[in-house]
Amino acid sequence: MMQRIFLTLIYLFFAILPTFSQHEEGHSTHANATVHENEEQMHSSDHKAEQKFDPAGTAVHHISDANVYTILEKTFPLPTILYSKDKGVEMFSSAKFHPGHHEDGHQSYNGYVMHLGSVYRVNDTSFPQVGSAELPEHAFVTKQENIDGKMRDVHYVQFEGKEFKMDPRSTLDGGILGGGMTSFMDFSPTKNVVGMILVSLFLLWMFLKIAKRYKSNPEKAPKGMQGLIEPIFLFIRDEVAIPFIGKEKYMKYLPLLMSIFFFILGLNLFGQIPFLGSVNITGSLSVTLVIAVLVFIIVNLSGNRHYWSHIFWMPGVPVFVKPLLAGVEVMGLFIKPLTLMLRLAGNISAGHIAILSFVGLIFIFGQSGASLGGSVLGTVVSIPLTMFMMAIELIVAFVQAFVFTILTASYIGAAIEDHHHVEEGHH
Amino acid sequence: MIALITFAPFQPTPGLAIWSLVIFLLFWFLAGKFAFKPIAEAIATREFDIQSSIDQAKKTREEMEKMQSDIEKLLGEAREERSKILQEAKEIKNQMISEGKEKAKQEAAKIAAAAMTDIENQKNAMMLDVKNEIGAMALSVAEKILKQDLQSNAEQQKLADTFVKDLHLN
Repeated sequence: MMQRIFLTLIYLFFAILPTFSQHEEGHSTHANATVHENEEQMHSSDHKAEQKFDPAGTAVHHISDANVYTILEKTFPLPTILYSKDKGVEMFSSAKFHPGHHEDGHQSYNGYVMHLGSVYRVNDTSFPQVGSAELPEHAFVTKQENIDGKMRDVHYVQFEGKEFKMDPRSTLDGGILGGGMTSFMDFSPTKNVVGMILVSLFLLWMFLKIAKRYKSNPEKAPKGMQGLIEPIFLFIRDEVAIPFIGKEKYMKYLPLLMSIFFFILGLNLFGQIPFLGSVNITGSLSVTLVIAVLVFIIVNLSGNRHYWSHIFWMPGVPVFVKPLLAGVEVMGLFIKPLTLMLRLAGNISAGHIAILSFVGLIFIFGQSGASLGGSVLGTVVSIPLTMFMMAIELIVAFVQAFVFTILTASYIGAAIEDHHHVEEGHH
Repeated sequence: MIALITFAPFQPTPGLAIWSLVIFLLFWFLAGKFAFKPIAEAIATREFDIQSSIDQAKKTREEMEKMQSDIEKLLGEAREERSKILQEAKEIKNQMISEGKEKAKQEAAKIAAAAMTDIENQKNAMMLDVKNEIGAMALSVAEKILKQDLQSNAEQQKLADTFVKDLHLN
């Protein structure tokens, strides 16, 4: 029975996917636009497409990091810290951009503008480089251009009748994901940073309180939050730390494993709370990259002679296979943290996109408010699907935190395993 | 043509990376040092305490069981001892009773025998008294008779002497 419901929902999910791609087809010149009413003057050619709701663009915008924090319609400005080689470090509040609808800035500041919550730089001397400048309504245009044989989104801002190219912030992907080093870097405490700080402070407060109770009442049964956390704590200790790392050494790595688990779990769950910005923190590669790199460093610093011999000179295989295996193992060294990074970010972002897509059904069916009956139908379809997806996402939040932790534990376990134990394991 | 969906949200940015590194390291240090380590230690201590308490209880129970069996054994022994003592007491009682009976019988027989001898002696004494009395009476009677006849008659004195002689001979 459950299986049948599940299959039906999966089928429904795939059935509505073509709807998205059809919309995207008619939309190729404006990947990030949503409902823009007044853009006829600027884009009379694709004016019909402009009226349509763009689910992909909306979803992408909602899972993106931003330099403002929007809860419902209220926009909270955040500090902006920008660095460029020619202008140096600049710090100001993102309120200077006067962010409005869709987190688009109504003003430029020191040559920077805000589009969909992100800061861009207009690196052009004919654009005002000092102080504020008022931008026209719907100043931002996205075009697809062929750059080095690849189709890329290029954003433009209109100012005094001219279009200026906007440079996005520098990214660390080296062009693999369409980013790369540009004319400036953004070191701002963004929406994701604020979310991370809030969650970390909450977790710290909670765990310090629990630790205090453990200290003051060491022989009492767990109570309240302590009772909620202790089974999870014991689960990580007994099912993750001890089996993989061993009874003698697990204590050294337990704080790291617990930190990883609760940090990821907290952020996953925080992102699930509706109307709280739906911050996609663990779904952004920057965050998972940092944790994965830390795991990589810790694993390889802990690696003993036995671990390295298994990588570079695998015992027990013919000599001609050894260099081959060494190559594979060295690749594995880097693939392990890479998969850690991608798995978590992919799963959490996918969940956010799925929920946004189901919510987007309301707008697709209702033709952006033009059809009331469609809206009602969309709502009826959307609510159970969204509820289902949210339930799945709750499970995913736990599962991904657990998977990240258990894999970390297994990598550490493999790095510090004694030769002894392996031999015992083989017999 | 399917539109290119931007990967922008997935592009790792140095700013967010540095912030998350700092936040995670701080969280790891603070939570690890002041929460996770003490909690793990407290749980380990509690588990050890619980285990040792259970072991202690088990040991105590075993000891109690051993003591119980000891007590039962002792009780059994005591019961046996008691019945033995009772048995002995009964035997002693019976023996004493029979001994007492025997003694009483003997005593009674002795008393009876003594009484018999007494009676015999008294009878003999009485007989002797009676004989003497009768003798005296006969003598006085005879004296009275003789007084009247022999006053004048010496021959009669002689005769009386002979009688007395005869009486002696008896």
